[in-house]
Amino acid sequence: MKIMDKVLFGDNQFFAVSHMSDEKSREQAIRFKDDASIIKVLDHAREVGINTFMCTTHDRISNVCDHIRDNPEKYRGFKIYPCMPYAHKYANAVTEYGYIGTIRKYIPGNLFSSFAKGGLAYITKDFISLMELLVDAEMKMFKGVATPVIFIQNVLVDLILGLKMFEVFREYDLYIRRKYKAEPGYITMNLPVMYDALESVGIKNPIICSSINKIGFRMSGGKELYEKYLSEKTFRPIAMQVLAAGALSPKEAIEYLSRFPRIESVLFGASSKNHIQETKELVETYLVK
Amino acid sequence: MKLKGGVIGLGKMGISHAAIVNAHPSVDMVAVCDTTTIVLDVFRKFSKVKLYNNYVKMIDNEKLDFVVIATPTRLHYPMVKYTLGKGLNVFCEKPFCMNTVEGMELEKLAQQKGLINQVSYHNQFVGTFRELKRLLKAGVIGDLVHFTGEAYGNVITNDKGGTWRSDPKEGGGCLLDYASHVINLIQEIIGRPVKADGSVMKKIFSSAVEDAVYSLLILESGLSGNLSVNWCDETYRKMSTSITVQGKKGKMICDATEIKIYLNEPNNRENLDNGWTIKYITDLAIPVDFYLRGEEYSAQIDHFIRCVLNKKQTDINSFEQALYTDRVIELIIDDSKK
Repeated sequence: MKIMDKVLFGDNQFFAVSHMSDEKSREQAIRFKDDASIIKVLDHAREVGINTFMCTTHDRISNVCDHIRDNPEKYRGFKIYPCMPYAHKYANAVTEYGYIGTIRKYIPGNLFSSFAKGGLAYITKDFISLMELLVDAEMKMFKGVATPVIFIQNVLVDLILGLKMFEVFREYDLYIRRKYKAEPGYITMNLPVMYDALESVGIKNPIICSSINKIGFRMSGGKELYEKYLSEKTFRPIAMQVLAAGALSPKEAIEYLSRFPRIESVLFGASSKNHIQETKELVETYLVK
Repeated sequence: MKLKGGVIGLGKMGISHAAIVNAHPSVDMVAVCDTTTIVLDVFRKFSKVKLYNNYVKMIDNEKLDFVVIATPTRLHYPMVKYTLGKGLNVFCEKPFCMNTVEGMELEKLAQQKGLINQVSYHNQFVGTFRELKRLLKAGVIGDLVHFTGEAYGNVITNDKGGTWRSDPKEGGGCLLDYASHVINLIQEIIGRPVKADGSVMKKIFSSAVEDAVYSLLILESGLSGNLSVNWCDETYRKMSTSITVQGKKGKMICDATEIKIYLNEPNNRENLDNGWTIKYITDLAIPVDFYLRGEEYSAQIDHFIRCVLNKKQTDINSFEQALYTDRVIELIIDDSKK
């Protein structure tokens, strides 16, 4: 088991995701119109010693991956933690094309036919293979880039969690380890329920990324229950939304995390070099590992 | 004893309701119903819930306390009618019905039977919109002058593809889908429109339904405001809904993430300075025990379950309210044909 870096650099700021302000989202969309502007911020993060980029499988990440592949020396030791799927892509497709139409759209044609066991009719009966094909389709853009941890996004995790289809997690876990020799990770807005679900299907010491912040924002089930799990259970927590969408100052936010020595990493995104450096230093100072 | 629930329709909204209902500590989700084989196959493989492709059979065979109906709008009327007829409480997707004749019948039936009824206008459970309503009621911006209700998103971005949402007979189109949310917010937060003027329904990519709706809505008090909705706007990553209200003492701009308040003079009771104040969803969100896509989706189901457990209907998102939204939709359609 390789320990994760203390600081993971996120990508929300690049794709107009602000949990606090739609207006801020728009400003970001304008600022990060070009891939070069994304790469510039990533390079700022690297300059202050951040070597892991945790990002959604957004179409534009494939351009970032091209850049990393084209500059192997520069990005030596740089890792990406992919988070799949980019949910809006699929949600919009389901609205526009329906379930079957969406599968047709996202399973590449050659993969589809190479499966060669009766096409769609077969695939739709064999959900594990279908899941594997969809994972492969999402992972294609990262070929040749180090991806030691591969996450499922919270919308999908929490949907499966609510439907209590926990076996899906076990199948995902097995596939990611087998095919990608990587560690599976789970992003969730329901940490305690998720921990129990993974434990119930025999997944031990999982990497779980969830909101952890001093004001209890997006900590479903309540802050106290989260604190209990963080103190008592055996898993590898990644804290996200630590600033509670900007409601907390960085210092007070990171100080709070130091109460939970099991927290392995902190995920955060920022656009300015100063802000990146400040948060990175706070995490290094306060997070004991 | 846990409540027994069933879900009809497992599309994008139905599957999300099913997950929230299933995760609810007071509920046992015993059955789901859909006509898409692939969806039923997923449940068959990974879930223990009972499966139906016929809602009548599901309701007749299972002893349910409530049913969630999340099918295309055209099907709401027969399904809700059957469910109420069997004495079950109903949570129905929005918009309520294809026309007010159907809606009135269902509303009356729910009243007669004394059953809990709720429609999924989830924005009523978004903390910022609730705060906007409270601040308006407290009169912080004085007499109202004008309002604007907007929703933009990128559902349809080309002329290819198409599901029931692009079929007018099924209840497709931007007016019933996107605009109904905004109308519902306007009617509950600002006031109920009684007249629509200058209404335009525009096709952009769709061939059979409107992709944008623009209208001037007039309330009984004479206050008027604009409705502006477009679901072909690629500049939005996801649906974005906002309400702007202009008053004599200031202005408020509210969306699902924040409320921006501008006051001409300070308001001590509300602890608001003059000039701009911003309140964020981080302080206003309704806490939930299970989160999927937004607190509001769980909060509205929590509210419905609470009503069923307490056997007490509230006026939040009732059939009566949703029926009024359908009425405004008819006003806009009639006006656009003038």
